Amino acid sequence: MAYISSGVACSHVPALGVASDTGISDDDYYGPIFKGFEPSKKWMADEKPDVIFLVYNDHCTAFDATVIPTFALGCATEYQPADEGWGPRPVPVVKGHQELSAHIAQSLVLDMFDITVINQMEVDHGLTVPLTMMFGQPDEWPCPVVPLAVNVVQYPAPLGQRCFALGKAIRTAIESYPEDLKICVFGTGGMSHQLQHQRAGLINSEWDARFMDLLVNDPDKGSQIEHIEYLREAGSEGIELVMWYVMRGALNEKVEEKHRFYHVPASNTAVGHLILENR
Amino acid sequence: MSVEQNYDDIPGTIVFDSQQAARGYHLNQFCISLRQQKNRDEFSADPEGYIDRFPMNAEQRHAALNQEWTRLLELGGNIYYTSKLAAYHGINFQELAGLMTGMGSDAYRAMMVAGGRSIDGNRYKKEWER
Repeated sequence: MAYISSGVACSHVPALGVASDTGISDDDYYGPIFKGFEPSKKWMADEKPDVIFLVYNDHCTAFDATVIPTFALGCATEYQPADEGWGPRPVPVVKGHQELSAHIAQSLVLDMFDITVINQMEVDHGLTVPLTMMFGQPDEWPCPVVPLAVNVVQYPAPLGQRCFALGKAIRTAIESYPEDLKICVFGTGGMSHQLQHQRAGLINSEWDARFMDLLVNDPDKGSQIEHIEYLREAGSEGIELVMWYVMRGALNEKVEEKHRFYHVPASNTAVGHLILENR
Repeated sequence: MSVEQNYDDIPGTIVFDSQQAARGYHLNQFCISLRQQKNRDEFSADPEGYIDRFPMNAEQRHAALNQEWTRLLELGGNIYYTSKLAAYHGINFQELAGLMTGMGSDAYRAMMVAGGRSIDGNRYKKEWER
C-alpha cells in the first residue's frame, strides 16, 4: 500500500528560483540560504520518495480571477512551468501521477472535502521553487508530483484547522491506494512577509519560530491560529502558512524534526524550512 | 454597504477580501493578461486602446496607466496581479515594494537585509497615528 514517510515545509520565494536559474545562488546574498538547504538535498537523496504530494498556491498565474477554487487537485499527466511575466523558468516539466491523483480526488470528495479537479494547468514558482531547493538543478525531477493548489490570495484562505483536517483526509486517501508507493508531502509558502502597500517588508521572526514549534510539537493548537493573527503578525501574505498545516495533517501526531532552517531575507520574505519524519 | 472587519485596523495593508476582489475584477484581469507576450505587445502598441478592452472604472484605468501602485490596491487590485503590470514595466517585487512604501529600492533593500520591518509599532493603525 502507499504510505507517507515524511514532510517538508519550505518557503517558495520566487527570487530563489531566479537565483538558481541565473547562477547566483552562491553569492553573498543568496549563498547562506542555499547553504541552509544543503543538508536537505542530502536528506532527499537518501529519502528517495516515489511521489511528492505538493501543497502550494498559484500566484494568479494558472488561475486568473474568473474562478477561485479553495482547494484544487491536479490530476494531469504533466504540468508545464508557467510564464509569470518574465518567461517560464528553465526547469524540467513536472510529471504528474494521474492514477494516484484520481484516487485521491475521489477519496477526498467521499470524505466530505469537495475539492476542485484540475485536468490541465501550468505551475508557477509556488510549486517549482521548493523542488529547486530540495533537488537542485537535475535534468528531470526525480519523481512525479501530485499538486494541490490552495487559495491563499483572495481572503479568506481556508482556516488552519480545515487545512489540518484536509491533510488527515489526504493521508486516508493515500493509505488506501494499493500500489506500494513512498510519499513525501510538501507544505510550501511563508514565512512572515507582506508584499503590498505601506507595511510591505514586515518580518516577524519571533512569531515564525513559535509557528514552527507549534507546527512540529502541538499542531492541534497551532492549527487553531486565527486568520487575524496571521494577517497582523505574519503580514498579509504570511497567511500562506496555513498550507503547512495540510502537510502536517498528513503526518503522524508525533514527528521527528530532522532539519530546521530559517533566514531573513530572501527578497521581501523570511525563508523557513523544516524536514519532518513520521515517528 | 461595507461590513466592518477585524483586519480594518492593520496599518498600511489592504486585505484583498471578497469585496475588494469584486471591485477589482476587471482591473486584475487586465493585469494578468500581461502575462502573455502577445498581450504585452498589443498593450505597448496602444496602451489606451488595449486597456479599454477591460471595463474597469475611470479611477482604476487612470491608476493603471499611471503606475499608481498603492492606489491600485485600494481600488481592488491585488499585489499578485499588479505585479504582472509591474513586471511589464521591468519592476520586480522588491522594487515594487520600494515604490509602495515610498522608501525607494536601496533603502527598502537595506531594511530587508537588516531583518525587515519590525512588527513592533506596526500592528495597529493607532500606532501609526501617534
